[in-house]
Amino acid sequence: MNKEVTTQHKVDAQFVERFYQNEQQILNGDPEYIATMRRDAIKSFEKAGIPRHPMESWRNTDLDPALDLNYTHELKRDKQKINIHDIFQCQVHNFETYLVSQLNGYYAFTDSAIRELDNGVIIGSLREAFHKYPDIVKAHFGKYAKTDSHGLVPLNTAFIQDGLFIYVPENVHVDIPIQMVNLTKSTEKLMMFPRNLVVMGESSKMTLVHCDDSIEQKESFTNAVSEIFMAKNSELDYYKLQNKDDKAVMVNSTYFHQKDNSNLSTNTISLNGGILRNDIDVTLNGQNCHADILGLYLMDRKQHVDNQVYVDHAQPNSYSNELFKGIIDDEAKAVFNGHIMVRKDSQQTNAFQSNQNIQLTEKARVIAKPFLEIYADDVKCSHGATIGQLDTEAMFYLRSRGICEHNARMLMMYAFAAQVVNLIKIDALKDRIDNMVVKRLKGELSICDQCVLHCKDDREISFDIDLSNI
Amino acid sequence: MEANDKKQNQDKVLNEVANSDYKYGFVTNVDSDTIPKGLNEDVIRLISQKKNEPQWLLDYRLDAYHKFMNMPQPDWAHLEIPPIDLQNIVYYSAPKTKPDKESLDEVDPELLDTFNKLGIPLEEQKALSGVAVDAVFDSVSVKTTFQDTLEEKGIIFCSFSEAVQNHPELVRQHLGSVVPPDDNYFAALNSAVFSDGSFCYIPKGVKSPVELSTYFRINAANTGQFERTLIVAEDDSYVSYLEGCTAPQRDENQLHAAIVEIVANKGAEVKYSTVQNWYPGNKEGKGGIYNFVTKRGLAKGANSKISWTQVETGSSITWKYPSCILMGDNSIGEFYSVAVTNNYQQADTGSKMIHIGKNTKSTIISKGISAGYSQNSYRGLVKMTGKAENGRNFSQCDSLLLGDKCGAHTWPYINTFNESSIVEHEATTSKISDDQLFYCQQRGLDEEQSINLIVNGYAKEVLNKLPMEFAVEAQKLLSISLEGSVG
Repeated sequence: MNKEVTTQHKVDAQFVERFYQNEQQILNGDPEYIATMRRDAIKSFEKAGIPRHPMESWRNTDLDPALDLNYTHELKRDKQKINIHDIFQCQVHNFETYLVSQLNGYYAFTDSAIRELDNGVIIGSLREAFHKYPDIVKAHFGKYAKTDSHGLVPLNTAFIQDGLFIYVPENVHVDIPIQMVNLTKSTEKLMMFPRNLVVMGESSKMTLVHCDDSIEQKESFTNAVSEIFMAKNSELDYYKLQNKDDKAVMVNSTYFHQKDNSNLSTNTISLNGGILRNDIDVTLNGQNCHADILGLYLMDRKQHVDNQVYVDHAQPNSYSNELFKGIIDDEAKAVFNGHIMVRKDSQQTNAFQSNQNIQLTEKARVIAKPFLEIYADDVKCSHGATIGQLDTEAMFYLRSRGICEHNARMLMMYAFAAQVVNLIKIDALKDRIDNMVVKRLKGELSICDQCVLHCKDDREISFDIDLSNI
Repeated sequence: MEANDKKQNQDKVLNEVANSDYKYGFVTNVDSDTIPKGLNEDVIRLISQKKNEPQWLLDYRLDAYHKFMNMPQPDWAHLEIPPIDLQNIVYYSAPKTKPDKESLDEVDPELLDTFNKLGIPLEEQKALSGVAVDAVFDSVSVKTTFQDTLEEKGIIFCSFSEAVQNHPELVRQHLGSVVPPDDNYFAALNSAVFSDGSFCYIPKGVKSPVELSTYFRINAANTGQFERTLIVAEDDSYVSYLEGCTAPQRDENQLHAAIVEIVANKGAEVKYSTVQNWYPGNKEGKGGIYNFVTKRGLAKGANSKISWTQVETGSSITWKYPSCILMGDNSIGEFYSVAVTNNYQQADTGSKMIHIGKNTKSTIISKGISAGYSQNSYRGLVKMTGKAENGRNFSQCDSLLLGDKCGAHTWPYINTFNESSIVEHEATTSKISDDQLFYCQQRGLDEEQSINLIVNGYAKEVLNKLPMEFAVEAQKLLSISLEGSVG
């Protein structure tokens, strides 16, 4: 017992030591206000430490074995040009996007690290934005990520390598989706601290696709934090696709902050990954906000996914809807923890939550915790959670129609997943993800298949039976 | 004229309801044998000595005490628990009795009067309702009715202390077998200092002809009540067991930490119903009972069934999770609960269903009602272990909010470790709809009556599970508890 405690503390202490010993390298010319934040953050981390078992929301995800490995932590990288197209090609048909990417935690670019488009939209490296757009950064950076929930957020702040910065000015509708591809490609075991900041002005509109991919099977540890601010009347479609290798450990903390009449739709699709932990925190800090929080996870082998969704209705008259569905195969483990908080006086709140799981094997584990915490009376809130198997009657029906067991299973799992996939609003992306789900269910999708954004595979994927008419 | 009478009658009823804040809040003046305040080994030895207990039981208590000393008070519940000074509590208080009571006539008349006030006249119950009653007053069991009828059937129903004297082998075998002494902080405390309680043994194949009932009452000031109930149902037996509780109104808080253990062997069925109405504190949240209870049933044999029904309206703090361990194949666990909180009451209650045997089934129906400034939480766990093939659970946890200062929370945990189980959970939270209120009111009911009607309808699913006498009492309790909660 005592031994355990000391090793745990050792990992925490190593981080703190690493910060103080390499402070200049880590800061690498950051402006003073950022340097101050980093120094404060390491102090917060020193208090909080790596989140561990006795913490309620970390009971089912243990990071210690992963943290014990000897990682290469790239503290600084001098600005260098990388032609991301040398590494991958995006070939999704009919899917025109503005593409940005990060390689091993650093923003990759060919000519300039940050640029301002004609319509005033700013896209680029967060480290650059610290210098170039301090006013925007100061107004929002570090304001939404909760440092008190667990130590990984301040740890990220202290060690930020780089990340994506997007600013959409008032009334601007970004007409093509922005895609961010985060790649891991290294022969070494990498530890990464990416940080993203998205600021949407009043009445702006954007679609953001966020992909996390691995190129090789190699141990890695990613501690990512994203902050997304949505001003009045803004609209954001946010898709997160996770297709990491089985050795990858990734903690993704995403904080959305919504103002009056804003409309958020987020969809987290986890296809592969060793340990995936997604903390999705939505604060509805305005009236008449709308948030659709969707998720789909298809896990097998010894994969582990842990989705923690916290929706905070801080003001009256808002609507939130959570739907998370998962299929868990082999020895995989899926954890869902939904928490709806309705604050006092947040009357006329409508908040719904649903978690559905299909458990395919005896060794798979599913843990569901759908929580409601409500302090206002004039509300409509509900939650539901189910864990079960494929419906035997439906199976019988299909088999009696001459469909073999394998196909009948496929068909039913596909239909189960389709409820989430069908809610994707961009057709090209929906078709692509649909194909990936089919491949994933057939066990044919692996990281070398490449994901949506850098797929070299032009073959149409078809079922053994034609699904196009369904 | 007639209308006038009716009106007067109505007013009378309304007045009665309006003034009956907590009708059990009286104190009975009986001499009691009280030991000094404080918790230490000597106190435990003294309790054990007063009860003339065998050495093994004293060892059990001391072992529990040592374990307790190393445990921190749990803080995971959604409750604000003011610090409890364990040294400021009297751990044993017994009404002074004359030795050798043979009949009810010899019981202290004051005591009898108390039980009459509580609505459990021992005499009457004995004669009319056919319910065997074991009443626990402060710490000791006062009188058990209906002994003879039960003895004929071979049913043992007596106070815990008597059981220790008369059936030590049974007590020794089962005590702590479902709730071990180090199960949790409050269970450990109870195991160390428990004073009395009820013991019930149903032999093989016997269906208890009457409902067994225990009434708990805290009377003396500064006392904690730590009772223990142990029910053992042998193969193919059946028993329905009722429990009720009240306490006087006092400004300071009193501690109640009880344990209920149930063992159901092959084919046995145990139905346990509780109407918990400890003093909830006054409108400002002053006083009231801290109610920390560990209740657990072990469905040990195949085809056994354990059913918990509870109506929780009292206590300033309730911390209670009646659970079922479904060990036998095809065993069934049920939990039906209505929890009402008003003013500054806090309740964190729910159920645990641990599925171990094959084809085990469980149902959880929980209805929470919060009003005033109260906080009402459902907390539950459904666990399907790897061996629980074809396990099935359905949980429904609804919350009703009356007023905008209160809170209703739901914390369900669902863990499944096998592929053939089906677990479903659903919950809703809402207030009484204006449509329903309007409908009732335009039929001539006033707002308060309408709310009572709607609340009773909402809780009906659970109230229906209670034995008849209890159901009536529970309905009344619901209306009294919600008294004054209408905007």
